[in-house]
Amino acid sequence: MSSTKRRSRLHKCIVVDPDECTGCEICESVCSFVHDAEFNPINTRIHRVRIEPVFNIAMACQKCEDAPCIRACPEKALDKDEEGSITVDEDKCNGCGFCIRACDFGVISLHLDNQKALVCDLCENMREEFIDPEVGKPEPQCIEMCPREAIALKTVEQIGEETRIDAVKRLFGEMLSEYET
Amino acid sequence: MSKSKEITVPDKLKGYTQVRLDVDLATGKIEESVIDPEFCRDWIGGYGFGAKVLWDELEPGIDPLSEDNILVWAIGPFPTTILPTSSKYGLFAKSPLTGMFGMSISSGSVGAQARRAGVNMIVFRGKAPEPVYFVVDDDDRYLKPCKETLWGKGCWDTEETLREEFSDQRLAVMAIGPAGERMSRIACITNDRNRQAGRTGMGAVMGSKNLKAIAFRGTKGTKVAKPAEFYKKAKKLLDVATGSATSKYRDLGTPAGLRSYNDLGMMPTYNHREGTWEKIDDNLITGEHLNEEWVVKTVACTDCPIACDHLARVPKTHSDYPNLVSSVDIELCYSFGTACGNDDWPTIFKCIELCDNLGIDGISGGVTAAMACELFEEGLITKKDLGYELPWGSTKNLVRFTREMILGEGFAGEIFGDGTRLAGKRLEKLGRENASFYGMNIKGLEMPAFDLHGMTSFAVGESVSIRGACHLRNGAYSLDRDGKFDRFAYDKPLERGKSIMGKEDGYTIIDCFIICKFTRGIYESDAELAEVYELVTGIPMTEEYLMKRAEAITNLSKCFNIREGWTRNDDHPPEKCFKTAHTKGPAKGVSLDEKGYQKLLTGYYKARGWDEETGIPTDEKLKELGLDFVIGNLKPKGGKK
Repeated sequence: MSSTKRRSRLHKCIVVDPDECTGCEICESVCSFVHDAEFNPINTRIHRVRIEPVFNIAMACQKCEDAPCIRACPEKALDKDEEGSITVDEDKCNGCGFCIRACDFGVISLHLDNQKALVCDLCENMREEFIDPEVGKPEPQCIEMCPREAIALKTVEQIGEETRIDAVKRLFGEMLSEYET
Repeated sequence: MSKSKEITVPDKLKGYTQVRLDVDLATGKIEESVIDPEFCRDWIGGYGFGAKVLWDELEPGIDPLSEDNILVWAIGPFPTTILPTSSKYGLFAKSPLTGMFGMSISSGSVGAQARRAGVNMIVFRGKAPEPVYFVVDDDDRYLKPCKETLWGKGCWDTEETLREEFSDQRLAVMAIGPAGERMSRIACITNDRNRQAGRTGMGAVMGSKNLKAIAFRGTKGTKVAKPAEFYKKAKKLLDVATGSATSKYRDLGTPAGLRSYNDLGMMPTYNHREGTWEKIDDNLITGEHLNEEWVVKTVACTDCPIACDHLARVPKTHSDYPNLVSSVDIELCYSFGTACGNDDWPTIFKCIELCDNLGIDGISGGVTAAMACELFEEGLITKKDLGYELPWGSTKNLVRFTREMILGEGFAGEIFGDGTRLAGKRLEKLGRENASFYGMNIKGLEMPAFDLHGMTSFAVGESVSIRGACHLRNGAYSLDRDGKFDRFAYDKPLERGKSIMGKEDGYTIIDCFIICKFTRGIYESDAELAEVYELVTGIPMTEEYLMKRAEAITNLSKCFNIREGWTRNDDHPPEKCFKTAHTKGPAKGVSLDEKGYQKLLTGYYKARGWDEETGIPTDEKLKELGLDFVIGNLKPKGGKK
């Protein structure tokens, strides 16, 4: 996807379609594995939520423009990189968990082993041995491995446009159908 | 073990935790021990672990509902990894339904959570003095009394209550319902709401031990022996698993088979009187109709790319079951649908909910209800007995019957509450002659959604299955479905026997790994199964070794049955398949032929290298499989109970 910045800003994040998500947790397992070489969904940066009986979705960092987690961190350990991802300075992070309390989406957690904040990095820091040689660079592995293609990386502009087009199709379906071939 | 010497194993394995817990429910004592690497290599996991422990540690001839039975819970090396459908677990005990080798497999989140909690196998013994549940919370393992808090609750309520108590919506909970508590021989265990360890009455074994539930959660990660190679392989397998090899399970789900088996005359209707139904021809009871009108969502077990679980919802406006959501697969469309002559979908959904939540196996439950419908039509049970009518196609009364059967209430509960075999015996005791004729079971286990009239190969495959009538222990139905042999004939007994054996042992590997049968088509060969085993565990593995172990494990569980009193007569389809021919469809006028059937059965025994007359493994065969410890121990002790 294009990473054209608009007024030098880029706001793209992991988006999951609840209609497609089956709640299989593969995204969580993959996330932990490509970062740690160990399957442990507790150390994931994307989190499945199942609300019985039918609702399933996975949630990851929304890359908020004015991120409450950054503001909340008393150690100033959190920052934002050029791509808009939240970065964690592990030397500064002391595992206090204020970022978790500040996040409106519940998508930050602490790594079980080192108790440092865990937040979606779009796999920028995935381990080299798991990078597909044909791709040659890190790419979000949850998207790559989701069996339902329920996970996507989208900019906020793109999300808005897709929603608008869907709404128009719903509202003006009859008019549009006249031009269908 | 002669064959084992070929493969040397590392001291510390990956994948397996090698942790065995022994839980003495009578004393509350919990012991931990290490499972030898050689044991892992030779018995693989799941079914293999269960078969070996039951052979070694279960006293033959015991009453399966007494404190003498033992309940084995086991996983293999794969849960928590992204090997497709890896989150499965198995339960093994002497079955209170068949009196033979009991086994049941389920999935959901249990396998993965238990793996993270660090256990590989748990063996429960004795009976708790009061109702308890068992918790494995990482290294905290304890029994907790629950007479006041959980006993009496449905499976769903039990799961929710425990998740709230732990403040953890991801807690994995296996629970029995009121049916398991009252030790119904068809009681199941439910986990993750819609997943059941249903068959052979494992819920009754939990109930007999006063064990209401088992809860798991853990924080331990899983490392694999060759991470980069495994990741590449898993990626490929996930890719294949989202393609055509599994589309049937993903798209329409297993109910797609309603139409295809109906077209072949293999879809049992009216309690196996017929193999076709006009309601299927008319697209009323089909996978297409179900999905178009009722299914609202498909969901997956942990680490499963297929998501076969089709959730159907009854609309808010329905007068009887508003907003009911239940999990539908073909077996339930058959058991409470086609077998009962019932074409009302909400009735099917309601019966499924009762089974899953109150805790009986939906196949056994529906097939028992179908028996009752036929007995009602035949006048062998009446409105005076039941308190209501129960003809083919009953709706509200079928739901009422199902509830009573599950809870053990009224005539329905007293007579039918333990499945078809006991129902037949109880009715015959009341003077209702020949009632057992209408119970569609093999070895006491109710039949799955295949009608055997025109399935001569599967007639053998389903009958020799060590846990009783079952398509998941022996996949020979595909031989008839795909036309590998003439499905109406009795020729080529040895060739057929070899094919039936191949299907059976192939399934044994799947049940040892444990992975889901729905992914059997994603592997290029058995060699690829051996390869993933090696990538995860670090144990060098070959296709030949793996298949030899499969044969040994099938043989060992067969030997368990022999020790419990099995004879050749137990490998036999119900009389109805021989005496009542279909009146329509592709198998019109067809019934099984006894002489022909026996010829094919002998062919299977021969292919197995067993005694052709008795069907008992020879000493040579046992030695060849490294089962020397069985020799001299095959005499039945105490007989069937």
